[in-house]
Amino acid sequence: MASLLGRFCRKLVVPGSAHGSRMISTTACDSEAVKSLNLYSAINQALHIALETDPRSYVFGEDVGFGGVFRCTTGLAERFGKNRVFNTPLCEQGIVGFGIGLAAMGNRAVVEIQFADYIYPAFDQIVNEAAKFRYRSGNQFNCGGLTIRAPYGAVGHGGHYHSQSPEAFFCHVPGIKVVIPRSPREAKGLLLSSIRDPNPVVFFEPKWLYRQAVEEVPEHDYMIPLSQAEVIREGNDITLVGWGAQLTVMEQACLDAEKEGISCELIDLKTLLPWDKETVEASVKKTGRLLISHEAPVTGGFGAEISATILERCFLKLEAPVSRVCGLDTPFPLVFEPFYMPTKNKASSSSSLSSPLKKKHYLIMGLHVWCRYWMQSSPLLITSHSICFFR
Amino acid sequence: MATSFSATLPLHGSQENRLLLPPIRLAPPPSSFLGFTRSLTIPSSRRLYHAHAARRSPVVGVQEVVKEKKVTNSLLITKEEGLVLYEDMILGRSFEDMCAQMYYRGKMFGFVHLYNGQEAVSTGFIKLLTQSDSVVSTYRDHVHALSKGVSARAVMSELFGKVTGCCRGQGGSMHMFSKEHNMLGGFAFIGEGIPVATGAAFTSKYKREVLKQDCEDVTVAFFGDGTCNNGQFYECLNMAALYKLPIIFVVENNLWAIGMSHLRSTSDPEIWKKGPAFGMPGVHVDGMDVLKVREVAKEAVTRARRGEGPTLVECETYRFRGHSLADPDELRDAAEKAKYAARDPITALKKYLVENKLASEGELKTIEKKIDELVEEAVEFADASPQPGRSQLLENVFADPKGFGIGPDGRYRCEDPKFTQGTAQV
Repeated sequence: MASLLGRFCRKLVVPGSAHGSRMISTTACDSEAVKSLNLYSAINQALHIALETDPRSYVFGEDVGFGGVFRCTTGLAERFGKNRVFNTPLCEQGIVGFGIGLAAMGNRAVVEIQFADYIYPAFDQIVNEAAKFRYRSGNQFNCGGLTIRAPYGAVGHGGHYHSQSPEAFFCHVPGIKVVIPRSPREAKGLLLSSIRDPNPVVFFEPKWLYRQAVEEVPEHDYMIPLSQAEVIREGNDITLVGWGAQLTVMEQACLDAEKEGISCELIDLKTLLPWDKETVEASVKKTGRLLISHEAPVTGGFGAEISATILERCFLKLEAPVSRVCGLDTPFPLVFEPFYMPTKNKASSSSSLSSPLKKKHYLIMGLHVWCRYWMQSSPLLITSHSICFFR
Repeated sequence: MATSFSATLPLHGSQENRLLLPPIRLAPPPSSFLGFTRSLTIPSSRRLYHAHAARRSPVVGVQEVVKEKKVTNSLLITKEEGLVLYEDMILGRSFEDMCAQMYYRGKMFGFVHLYNGQEAVSTGFIKLLTQSDSVVSTYRDHVHALSKGVSARAVMSELFGKVTGCCRGQGGSMHMFSKEHNMLGGFAFIGEGIPVATGAAFTSKYKREVLKQDCEDVTVAFFGDGTCNNGQFYECLNMAALYKLPIIFVVENNLWAIGMSHLRSTSDPEIWKKGPAFGMPGVHVDGMDVLKVREVAKEAVTRARRGEGPTLVECETYRFRGHSLADPDELRDAAEKAKYAARDPITALKKYLVENKLASEGELKTIEKKIDELVEEAVEFADASPQPGRSQLLENVFADPKGFGIGPDGRYRCEDPKFTQGTAQV
């Protein structure tokens, strides 16, 4: 239970950050000034820089004027004026369509959708218009200046409509990019890249990390390249692939596994569409095992795409079936959230990790975990979920 | 009361670069507080809209229904009706206050949106409905459920996430459903409920006209001012007027959509005008006065029951608390809040009842005490109720158990022999 509490209660050490000695690849960060920021402040900084460097960029969405419900857009309206940073009425379809129009005329539109769960009315515009604009106009027009930002993911008490992870729906659409950062430093760099990328980008921000994740973020203008996955932890026995907030959970599973003598390689995909197949392929060829984890339901989630591609490319090198530790196939539950979520214990006890070679380690641990959490018949204990206090 | 919206307020996207918008100024409330002033009469300049509407469906002018308060020998309500209204509003208010207490004590979690200040709209409309009439609401739905007849115990248990809640703990604050009372739900997504309500209204019309059943059910859809900028709203106004559905669209215009002022986000802030554009009457009413709301509601419900089609009612109301319990409510002007606090619907009804000798202070106090006890008992009941069993997580995803996805052991869940007994491992 401590692990479940830990998921919700602690200030997080961001995976692959400078706190640990495990960081392998570093993002561009020289001797420039850095500041300890949480995720929403990093995104705020990125937006400030984006608006500063391009006079024809706009930020709009519901409630962005006063700073947004997650404070990501604080100070923008005061600094750049209400003509560039403004509130829109409550119509996601209209907001995104409007953004596509702005982008088609050569501006940069950074659209905020208040929660990723509300992006569905805009789904039509994104899939049918944004993704196909360049293609069907024969490159005469494009909406590359469009970036859609939305907070996604579970937060402990969100319920059905404040916790969804819709990335899989968008990954099925050729023509847009889907980017998900894992930490404040990544978020700033990736958001600036997304805004400046000549393609429409859907940028999902893990809302759980808005206040919880704190990291040293460089203050200058820097970009992290899209479609490049990062190996944030090297290992030899198994490859773990994830994105966004799920990486913190997987990091914990890696630490637990290390105690058992299993060395895990953890990869942050960063960009889901188009995703970096080469990095994952190279890693799986080295380790022979793959575990994918995401919060979205397992059926049809993006893990399925990764699994299929890796199987095609690395079939002969795989020593165990590709394992997916994901959310259950139900609507995102309210009270049952701890049972729905792919926790580190589910990851630790998944079949990929309990291969014949390490069976003695994992079977014991897996069974222990299984017994404790899944076989007790007493009613589940729900702890108080008022942890991430936001509006 | 169309003058309450200042037409001179510069709207967003104006030509001048305005960094600061001037403070919102609303016209002062009508002088006779519970009297029926020009707010319900249709000024002659607007007869144009109603003339158009009249061609499609004859609208009985509201001013003919409503009597001026000067006629003292005919009061608007009887004593019994007054007490029912009072009790319902007090129930709504005490329940919401208790919700806030429970939230801050950690007994309920998630997003909770309270209805304080808007009780007149819920009571005014829903107390005219029968059990078989349907109500569709938004995330601010606790009081709509209570007015419709869902017991306070069931609603409180649902908020606590217990199995005795009206949705067995699955929905939470924003999803109050009740088959028995035809409460078709709270909807977390704004505007999502309106098409659902339109479909429900179609059902009653179909039952009456095609199946020739004796069905006079109407549907009432509640939603806010922010929703009136959403496409679904307009699509449904069109469909409802086209098919002449027995539905009433009630806009609870509390002027704020989280932090966005209605006046700054809407090209024409007078929402009632959008009804005639689609061929249905649009009425604006003071939503802080339950008697006015009730009069308008009577008219609209009667129209719908007679088969004359939909009505759009805009209730000017106000929420005393923030958007949700996590909202610090810093953006609204204190003067605005104070002004509406002075128009508290409960105080107003109390004053009316006492002044017109319909009830004594003592009787009203008894009602308040009774409601306090009811709400406390509801909390105790909710506290004592068990939490849902683990197997409930997988129930009701589909109608039949197949298609439940893959279990942790890699096999289909529905193949587990214990699955249909509800004892399968989750």
